[in-house]
Amino acid sequence: MKALVFERHIARFAASRVAATIGGSGHGVGVGPLELLETDPPELPGEGWVRVQPRLAGICGSDLATLDGRSSRYFEHIVSFPFVPGHEVVGDVTGGIYDGKRVVVEPVLGCEARGLAPPCEACSNGDKGRCERIAFGELAPGLQTGYCSDTGGGWSGGLVAHESQLHSVPEHLSDEAAVMIEPTACAVHAACSSAVVASGQRVVVLGAGTLGLCTIAALRTHALPGALVAVAKHPDQRRLARELGADHVVAPGEVVRAARRLTGSLALAGSGGSVERITGGVDVVFDCVGSADSLESSLSVVRPGGEIVLVGMPGPIKVDLAPLWQREVRLRGAYAYGTEQTPTGPRRTFDLAAELVHDCNLGRLVSAHYPLERYEEAIAHAAAAGKRGSVKIVFDMRRRPRAGRAPSTQTQDKEMP
Amino acid sequence: MSPRPGFVLEVDRSTPPTLFWHGEGFRLERLPVGSRVIYGPEPLPALKDPDAAIRHALENPLGDSAPLRTLLSAGMKLTIAFDDISLPLPPMQAPDIRQRVIEAVLDLAAEAGVDDVVLIAALALHRRMTDDELRHALGERIFNAFAPHGLLTQHDAEDPSNLIHLGQTDHGEDVELNKRAVESDLLIYVNINLVAMDGGHKSVATGLASYKSLRHHHNVQTMLNSRSFMDRHHSELHHSNWRMGKLIADSGVKVFQIETTLNSDTFPEQFRFLQRREWEWNLRDRAGFLASSKALERTPPELARRIFQSIKSPHQMTSVQAGEVGPVHDRTLEHVHQQQLVHVEGQTDILTMGLPYICPYNVNSIMNPILVACLGLGYFFNLYEGKPLVREGGVVIMSHPTPWAFNPVHHPSYVDFFEQVLAETTDMAEIESKYEEAFATDPWYIHLYRTSYAYHGVHPFYMWYWCAHALSHVGKVIVVGGDRAAVRRLGFSPASTLSDALEMAEDVVGRDPSITHLHSPPLMITNVV
Repeated sequence: MKALVFERHIARFAASRVAATIGGSGHGVGVGPLELLETDPPELPGEGWVRVQPRLAGICGSDLATLDGRSSRYFEHIVSFPFVPGHEVVGDVTGGIYDGKRVVVEPVLGCEARGLAPPCEACSNGDKGRCERIAFGELAPGLQTGYCSDTGGGWSGGLVAHESQLHSVPEHLSDEAAVMIEPTACAVHAACSSAVVASGQRVVVLGAGTLGLCTIAALRTHALPGALVAVAKHPDQRRLARELGADHVVAPGEVVRAARRLTGSLALAGSGGSVERITGGVDVVFDCVGSADSLESSLSVVRPGGEIVLVGMPGPIKVDLAPLWQREVRLRGAYAYGTEQTPTGPRRTFDLAAELVHDCNLGRLVSAHYPLERYEEAIAHAAAAGKRGSVKIVFDMRRRPRAGRAPSTQTQDKEMP
Repeated sequence: MSPRPGFVLEVDRSTPPTLFWHGEGFRLERLPVGSRVIYGPEPLPALKDPDAAIRHALENPLGDSAPLRTLLSAGMKLTIAFDDISLPLPPMQAPDIRQRVIEAVLDLAAEAGVDDVVLIAALALHRRMTDDELRHALGERIFNAFAPHGLLTQHDAEDPSNLIHLGQTDHGEDVELNKRAVESDLLIYVNINLVAMDGGHKSVATGLASYKSLRHHHNVQTMLNSRSFMDRHHSELHHSNWRMGKLIADSGVKVFQIETTLNSDTFPEQFRFLQRREWEWNLRDRAGFLASSKALERTPPELARRIFQSIKSPHQMTSVQAGEVGPVHDRTLEHVHQQQLVHVEGQTDILTMGLPYICPYNVNSIMNPILVACLGLGYFFNLYEGKPLVREGGVVIMSHPTPWAFNPVHHPSYVDFFEQVLAETTDMAEIESKYEEAFATDPWYIHLYRTSYAYHGVHPFYMWYWCAHALSHVGKVIVVGGDRAAVRRLGFSPASTLSDALEMAEDVVGRDPSITHLHSPPLMITNVV
């Protein structure tokens, strides 16, 4: 089968980092450690494991960071090489209780998938994203499918998954909608687990890529923000942010002024009416970018005692934390998913995400499909998605009814034959 | 030779290109044959001895007012309010008309032994004037005599300790004014009437009022019902101010109004070509135009702005009248009309206008996009009596670079209005109901208005409301040569050239439209019959 394989190759890793630094995100793929290879399907690691043949697999911001050589060395001990990227996956199962079913993969490789019993406290509470044993058990280290050498990943003709990772896809969801469930689950988890977006609180969502847009939708559904300001760079992002529930959409350079006005803060500035810092700010900021700039923006618009939720994956960044200290701001991560407390009781994040994808028609965020063979173009497209009026770029491994076209129920999707 | 009246030219094949203001620059445009170009009357002669005319007006007041000399006495509390930096445009060459009038008033006050005198710049919600601007308006002598002692003040519409609520008009309009002015034994208002909208009861009722008071007539509904606000008898803006004026008088506030008018001699010698009719340009005018245009092409916008903002206008006083507000203002309007009124036959499908670098709210500042809209659709569109120059459903084409640029000191709330409000909607009613109060009560804007040189937080709303009548009347607004993103943010259509704009306009008004160009300078008011 064909698979895009990411090798541990220090020189190529460095080359991709240089290329991405010079040319921008996505430009390091050609010289980096990712290669399209003909490989054997991964072995089934044990009981409860099944084969999944991907239909669609998304390209995520964390994948781009890895390919650009920007990801943190923190991950060195919780990934294993070589791995096949791709953790946003909808595919068909062979074997086990899901045999013949269309599923999405919940990629976190927690205690159950690793054959560890009893499970760690987090896993036993249903918080698989916080599993303490992602480098142990019957599998090679790997925080998720797509970063583990034993499981394969979505950017291939086949992977293996533990049945505890699988969720049947309701028939009414298209493949495009289904592939959006994983990123949406991250957003739902951020919105629900923050537990700080009480009724009437003012919120800023920084970034309007997949994660930012899904976070806006999740906040509108699972929290009751009094006002939601979205920060979006590009026209299509602005439109989608508004459609998904943002009260105000502003450009990155406008967010401090917007937060000041929204909260009636005073401004600290060099002269007159310019705004460099504000005295108050919004209650919660969801940073769906994860860069130094976005964290600095977050710190400049959050109120004293407020909270910043890091939803986008950060890497090594340099940020002045003086305002965090002086204003007693809480900085918190929001990673992956598990179980959320809802007014009707605990629910699996993936179930909530599937509902949100359907209710908000998030399948429309899938903007372009590429075959694996054109991975360089696909990744370049994903890296420039906002500029090109796109949101989610996916690899399409479906058998096509005719050359150059993929089946899709989403009329707005663009085909990349 | 007496000055020639206004004139409507019909463009034919021999007509030279027409001058359009274009911000800090000009465009020469060839209008289609058959277009009309409206030229204002030539500048009226100035009063030969303005100081004598002022003294005469003070001694011979209009209406039921006694001569000023008899109203002044030792021990009284006297307040002199005067128009702020928004008048005249451009600022006039020294001595400013306010200096002349106030010096004459102070001479009389001194003769009468009045020693409790306070001057107030009637800012309403405008920015405070700088010391240099005050010096220019009042002269060194007055500034040095009053400012160091705290007796030269600027109206603060957000100072609760110096505001007083006089009551409500019979229409339920609050009248809240400057306390010092109201509690004085005599309030003298020194006005400059550049356009017919200025003066009358609007001077005190607007210039010395608070937001609580102003919001009753600075709103969308009032603007829609002011047709136009250059014609006070058909202007709800003025009706409201007149009702407030009655309440002010009924409350026992004694107002002695001094109004002045200027001729339309607007620009100094090097820009004299601006005021001449193009077919009458001589060699010197052509050379002046070419030299200015070429120099401006090579000048960075910021420098060009500074050069233009440094222009001091040579315009001269044509009349001064004093006494009771109503009769004084009626006489003033006669003089304004004498200088500015042009009779025009019939409306037009397309109205074109070149917008200059200055309007009442960007003196020594930047003409931001909101002010561009206000100047074109608020002021120029409303320079009519009777019917608008452009027909209902017609098109307005404005020429201005419309930069996406703001002066952060003067216009902080404008930035937010443009970035955050107009990005959401351009609908007047929605903007008014959803956003106005938050901007008007924003503590930071209030802080900057009171302590810095910022227009009040609500001011950009008023500028937008000023466009309400025009936007409800016309079918399309096109801006030639403007920043495309800024023009679109305003909800208008950008065009690169006048011919592109005319082609776009035909989609709205049909083929072979009638076209009329409002030539400025000078300012004029049209009477469309």
